[in-house]
Amino acid sequence: MSDLEKPAISAQNLVRRFGSFTAVNDASFRVQKGEIFGFLGPNGSGKTTVIKMLTGLLPLSGGEASVLGIDVRKDPETVRENIGYMSQNFSLYSDLTVTENLTFYGRIYGLSNDRLRKRMDDIIQLNGLGPYLNRLSAQLSGGWKQRLALGCAMLHEPKLIFLDEPTAGIDPVARRQLWDLLFELSAHGITFFVTTHYMDEAERCSHVAYIYYGKLIADGTPDSLRELPDVQPPGTYRVEITTPEVTRALRIARTLPGIRSATIFGQSIHALINDDLDLDHLREQLRKQGIVVAEIRPLAPSLEDVFVELTYKHQSEIEATRA
Amino acid sequence: MLNPFRGFSAVFYKEALHVRRDFGTLFFSLIIPLLQMFLLGFGIDTNIRQINTVVYNADGRRESRELLDRLRNSDTFHLVRFVESDHDLTDAIVSGKCRVGIKIPVDYSDKLLHQMSAQVLVLIDGSDSSVAGQAINVTTAIGLDESLQRVLATSGNPTFAVDMRPKILFNPDSRSPNFFLPGLTAILLLNVTTFLTAFSIVREKERGTLEQLFVTPVRPMGLLLGKLLPYLMIGFFELCMILVFMRFIFSVPIHGSVLLLALLSLPYIFVSLSLGILISSKANSQAEAMQLAFLTILPSIFFSGYIFPRETMPKFFYVLSYFVPATYFIDITRGIILRGAGWVHLWTDAVALFFMGTMLLVIAARRFQNKVIMA
Repeated sequence: MSDLEKPAISAQNLVRRFGSFTAVNDASFRVQKGEIFGFLGPNGSGKTTVIKMLTGLLPLSGGEASVLGIDVRKDPETVRENIGYMSQNFSLYSDLTVTENLTFYGRIYGLSNDRLRKRMDDIIQLNGLGPYLNRLSAQLSGGWKQRLALGCAMLHEPKLIFLDEPTAGIDPVARRQLWDLLFELSAHGITFFVTTHYMDEAERCSHVAYIYYGKLIADGTPDSLRELPDVQPPGTYRVEITTPEVTRALRIARTLPGIRSATIFGQSIHALINDDLDLDHLREQLRKQGIVVAEIRPLAPSLEDVFVELTYKHQSEIEATRA
Repeated sequence: MLNPFRGFSAVFYKEALHVRRDFGTLFFSLIIPLLQMFLLGFGIDTNIRQINTVVYNADGRRESRELLDRLRNSDTFHLVRFVESDHDLTDAIVSGKCRVGIKIPVDYSDKLLHQMSAQVLVLIDGSDSSVAGQAINVTTAIGLDESLQRVLATSGNPTFAVDMRPKILFNPDSRSPNFFLPGLTAILLLNVTTFLTAFSIVREKERGTLEQLFVTPVRPMGLLLGKLLPYLMIGFFELCMILVFMRFIFSVPIHGSVLLLALLSLPYIFVSLSLGILISSKANSQAEAMQLAFLTILPSIFFSGYIFPRETMPKFFYVLSYFVPATYFIDITRGIILRGAGWVHLWTDAVALFFMGTMLLVIAARRFQNKVIMA
């Protein structure tokens, strides 16, 4: 395999135990160079633990991991030299200015003065930090703090950047701008490993994985996940039913034959129904129960649908093994 | 190829920026010890003088009045109250108004005149042992002296067989600041430096920047030394201020070499800073760090010989005092300032301090390394 084709991250059968508790259970995945890899999962499901293992902060209890072709168990120091990391609380020194924060992180990575100056110019231009250089970072808004933190994480030109919930607590405009920036950087060949809770962000990733209590239960492009048989069983399809009375309609829909599952999404219901169920017939049945249906239309599953289905399936498997 | 001190200069420079930016806090943390020094230097006198004393003189004749004059002239007793009954005598002590009660019985002069043994009752409040001790010593000495004078006067040989001539070599006037301030220097310095370093690291924990630093190539030793050095300089500056105050405001003469004192203070400041770093490896908030730092201060005051002499401690605590860094530094400060001791006398203290500091720092660095891994 040539160096170009090597994955940015390769994790095989990762295991991490804390005493008797298994935080990460046999997780394997690959992240190719230039991807924006979305790593999703509920709180406490092991996302941060995986990041800590991949950055060499936490030894593996089992399995193998290589980051940028370097074995994290053998050489965590070299891994850390070559990656960037931005945590959810942005980790800036609030009593230092924008320039001072950047300079500090540049020196930490051992950048020479010339290179540091050049990199700072590049980053300031890219992130638009120009007007704020002498402002204390405490006085920046959330969005600007995040841009500065990202700038600090990429001063040393890492080929791979870990972003741990980069948009938690950021306003929607800043969130959109950050993603635009990530796409731009990704086009320059930087790989991103992003954890997030936001489904709309997951949809923007070129590759997503979903971890549920230590188990990796989904891994692929958003489109390939939508087509998984567990999400879209053969002989079924997904519809969106728009109605003013969602709560009552949901209760009724769940009792109708031919409807496999139904959940509320805002002012509509997403339902998984059998192929042979006619949409006009469904509308008629709901009308008989006094539900006025505005619209029923076929729908591709969202990533949220995907994760909900996979979680249900995984939970029922766990219960089955316990029984 | 792995540099164990990686990141040192970056951290050092950044720490200096923090200090410059937050100059107000630093100023106060340096000024407050000097204020404490004022309070303790002017306010505390370890010599026991002028103990409040109540007298019940049932005799009242010339001999009894002469005895009271002798007590008065000793400078130890301050006769504040004269009573007329045993009950009032005891009451003055129980109420806390007087520490010592003297009862001269009605037949005091008669017995002396008849060359019989005359008894004087001395009641002493034992709630403060040093006051009680001083009262016992002085009253016994006065009694002995009074007796001897009378015996000698009748024997026809008016000189003492043995004449003890004590000479106090250092601090001959027994000035309290001379004794107190060199020890206080150690305590104040410990106070400032331990708090400053502990806080500077715990603050990074609270902000989450420490977590960030661990994902960079910074090595624990580079991080810790980078944090330590700026505060070593600040601690040294504080020491100089304390010495200037001690010398010129409290007029404590420095008999030895000031340069040696400054040099030997470095390992002590190093220990205090390492202790602060160790505290910060345990504490997760500034409040927690404050509590732990206070925990180190009491042993430094009580087991270092600062207040109570180490030689009289029970064996266990005497051994314990060897683990208190202030013990060594108080030995150094008192040695140089009061006795004019030199490097030959004090190098073991310096080595002990340097060893302790290194140990603490290594333990702290290991704890940080493991902490990262376990967090």
